[in-house]
Amino acid sequence: MMVSKVKDNRPVNLDIGTMRLPITAWASITHRATGVILFVGMGILLWLLDTSLAGPDGFAFVQESLGGFVAKFVIWGLVTALIYHSLAGVKHLIMDFGVGETMEGGILGARIVIALSVVLSLLTVIWIW
Amino acid sequence: MVKSVTSFGRSGLSDWLLQRVSGVILLAYAICLGGTLVIGVNYAQWQAMFASTGMRVFTLLAILSLAAHAWIGMWAVGTDYLTERMLGTKGNLLRLAFQIGCSLAIFVYVIWGTQILWG
Repeated sequence: MMVSKVKDNRPVNLDIGTMRLPITAWASITHRATGVILFVGMGILLWLLDTSLAGPDGFAFVQESLGGFVAKFVIWGLVTALIYHSLAGVKHLIMDFGVGETMEGGILGARIVIALSVVLSLLTVIWIW
Repeated sequence: MVKSVTSFGRSGLSDWLLQRVSGVILLAYAICLGGTLVIGVNYAQWQAMFASTGMRVFTLLAILSLAAHAWIGMWAVGTDYLTERMLGTKGNLLRLAFQIGCSLAIFVYVIWGTQILWG
């Protein structure tokens, strides 16, 4: 017999729309937003991979296409999203092992992820331009 | 009320584990490919790299991991924001459309990726 694992009409205990969000919430929302961005951006990345492997002309075309400011900005944005999403993901893994699960630990973890992302994102600026 | 019929593994624990395993695979792949790009490649090296069986298998593994990872992630986003509670009855319709759209995109990514590797 199939039994639903989830109770119907569960009450909403935490209506996050009514409160000021702490840094941990912003870190979590950004993790989600960067995930969505990467999912959409994967189309661009697959197109770049496809074209670059189509032949020497395709490879040269990709190199040329990535020379413009807009293209560089898009790649920088995707790399930054990937950096943030990866670091926040690693934070999740660390927390799964029971490390940094307290309120203080969560705040510190969020701060470290955001700080490291900013530093690596700036290094990406140097790499791309 | 959002039921879990559209989640990836039909169980929160299964999705939780898959999200982590696929995430680690994707991170390993991103570091590998990112490192290559930072060092810099020409066409011959790039072509040879993706002609090797090892890299093709690794790339396919990353694409399949992405499919599961994106499904679970997009499910989490869709079932949190595109809901009856947030948007009224049209929330259910929007969520269904969103999930169909995501499934189609994932399907395209898997087919396209495979075609790039072995086409």
